Amino acid sequence: MTFDWTAAWDALPQLLDGLVVALWATVLGYVLALVLGLAFALLRRTERAWLRLPVGFVVEFIRSTPLLVQLFFLFFVLPAVGIELSPLATGAIGLGVHYATYTSEVYRAGIDGVPAGQWEAAKSLSLSRGRTWTRVVLPQAVPRVVPALGNYAIAMFKDTPQLTVVTVAEVLSVVKAVGAQNFRYLELITVAGVLYLAAALLIAWPVRALERRYRKETA
Amino acid sequence: MSTGLWLLLFDGLLVTLQLTVFGAALGLVFAFAAGLARLSGRRVVRGIAFAYTEGFRGLPALVVLFWLVFALPALGLQLEPLFAGVLALALNIGAYGAEVVRGAVLSVPAAQLEAAVALNFTPWQRMRLVVLPQALVAMVPPMGNLLVELLKATALVSLVYLQDLTFQGQIVRAATGETAAVFAGLLVGYGVIALALTRLVRLVERRAAAGLGRTPAREVTR
Repeated sequence: MTFDWTAAWDALPQLLDGLVVALWATVLGYVLALVLGLAFALLRRTERAWLRLPVGFVVEFIRSTPLLVQLFFLFFVLPAVGIELSPLATGAIGLGVHYATYTSEVYRAGIDGVPAGQWEAAKSLSLSRGRTWTRVVLPQAVPRVVPALGNYAIAMFKDTPQLTVVTVAEVLSVVKAVGAQNFRYLELITVAGVLYLAAALLIAWPVRALERRYRKETA
Repeated sequence: MSTGLWLLLFDGLLVTLQLTVFGAALGLVFAFAAGLARLSGRRVVRGIAFAYTEGFRGLPALVVLFWLVFALPALGLQLEPLFAGVLALALNIGAYGAEVVRGAVLSVPAAQLEAAVALNFTPWQRMRLVVLPQALVAMVPPMGNLLVELLKATALVSLVYLQDLTFQGQIVRAATGETAAVFAGLLVGYGVIALALTRLVRLVERRAAAGLGRTPAREVTR
């Protein structure tokens, strides 16, 4: 069998549409992961054991089980309990919750890195707990973990092909749909791979730039 | 649920465990080959290893798997399904493992190398007797994390019709209609395997540290 690139060339607009969908899923999922991850990190530090322990268990559980099965779970179980979401929303929630368990560890490391003297200073100035967190601890904890957080944006993008199981029209779904008509899987999957690689490198670029900037500042 | 369906799940569990074990073994080979090659003095060797690690860390594992299963046959090469799964997973996890190997080797203090040079060790002796024994210990914890990532990634093979735990779970779901219970059960199953793997890695970690005459790091108490 020989390569026939015309089939893949004709499908390129659809593949690029799929790539845009994948990028949207990444953006939405990533915002959720950033917010929920911080919530997880804070809840795992609370003094209330009835809150800290269950949250810790749930986070560890989600992190050690496959995203694919979690997506199946959301896709089949949410409608059964009366929550009807679009495929993209289901996929973004799946990605966001899964990656929140990773970002929460990153936040934790950042918070642990804030010197004890900062906490003591906040206490001696009798700042409230809310102000201590929002004005003293987090402004120091978050910037130093920005590069590590950025890496999870790239990792999350590379997990978007799995959203094909919740019928999100991303690149792999396009490959399957077009391939079912012309059977040119070799060319289609190869082109899809090149697109993923190019997009991953494109996302990596600003992340590396952030990394350099924050390294300079904290050095 | 009938006995037949439980047996189906058990078959799937065996396939998942095979993928994890063989994927880890082959992945380790790729990780060491690429990780050490990236430290080679020869530019060509370094370049190939760099292309491998950057390439496979930029490609989704699922796309690599699809390529091996659906695209490669068009080039006249039909892989055994289980082998295709193992290869795709190993190529992916090996690229991450290579970074672990490289980092661990670089973390060995320079004075150790200088001492080995002063003792007139050959490069191979330096690597085998001085660098690797110390680097291996540093590799264990990050490799343990990758092992759990590998276990999670094995679920992807169900999308190319390999009959792993997730695939058989889908069959059971179709047969019983107990959607929520089946998927929750699958998640618990993977969680338990991951827990067992983590425990195993902890054990290896303690043994390895003790082997170097280091006391294992104490658990941080609150």
